[in-house]
Amino acid sequence: MRALEPWVVQPLESFLAESAARLTLLMTSSGQVVAQHGFSRSLDVMTAAALGAGIVASTDELARLMGGATFEALVHHGQRQSCMLAAFSTPRGRWIGLVVFGPETSVGIVRLFFEQMIQQLAAAAPREQPAAPMLAENFETELDSSLKALFGR
Amino acid sequence: MSATRTALDRVTRVPGVRGALVIAAADGLVVAEQLMDGVDGRAAAALTGSLVGRLARTAESAGLRPPAFVHLRGDAGSVLAAPGPDDLVLVAVVSPDANLGLARLEMIEAAERLI
Repeated sequence: MRALEPWVVQPLESFLAESAARLTLLMTSSGQVVAQHGFSRSLDVMTAAALGAGIVASTDELARLMGGATFEALVHHGQRQSCMLAAFSTPRGRWIGLVVFGPETSVGIVRLFFEQMIQQLAAAAPREQPAAPMLAENFETELDSSLKALFGR
Repeated sequence: MSATRTALDRVTRVPGVRGALVIAAADGLVVAEQLMDGVDGRAAAALTGSLVGRLARTAESAGLRPPAFVHLRGDAGSVLAAPGPDDLVLVAVVSPDANLGLARLEMIEAAERLI
């Protein structure tokens, strides 16, 4: 498990231990990765983050068209593994969680401990202002340093 | 769905029962519930579904049949679970002074008739 910010580590470790999730990705609503567990290739992380953020943006818009609040979570049930995508509020803005899990756990367990993680993240988040938005000219440098931190190389 | 409601009515009528749920064991999700305030149905469904699934796998590994009834006793009460057909499980959350014998009888009979 790797995280860009240290205060994310304990809530995420606790979630991983309780939920038995195979892969987990925490990202901002724009797809910027905050933490990851289980991914071995940086390309997979960036692709999953971009796709996850895109799906959440689409479902948010769908919810708006239907005149309701945003969807809480999207769960795709597969034969060998399932996937949950959920957006949530943190003191650092809106984040998205992408969780892949197998038959060794259940969607009920994953959702239960994901909600606990959201509460723990809210309690653990530092109160100071978040970092300034990433600028286009810094994008590649920031992306490189994020990937190095997330994969330890 | 009326069988589900009947099952929940039967179980919640037993003295000391604080709530009853029908859950889908594999998913750990609530199908129907009748709960008193303070009982977290989603947590009960997720954790009991996981427990029943693991107990069934343990029994299978030991060459035994899956459990017909599960009683998890704690200081502040018990969780009872009776697996039924189609992966459904009837769950009850009971206080320490509950009539466990009657709850067990009602649950086993009601679980057989779910859906």
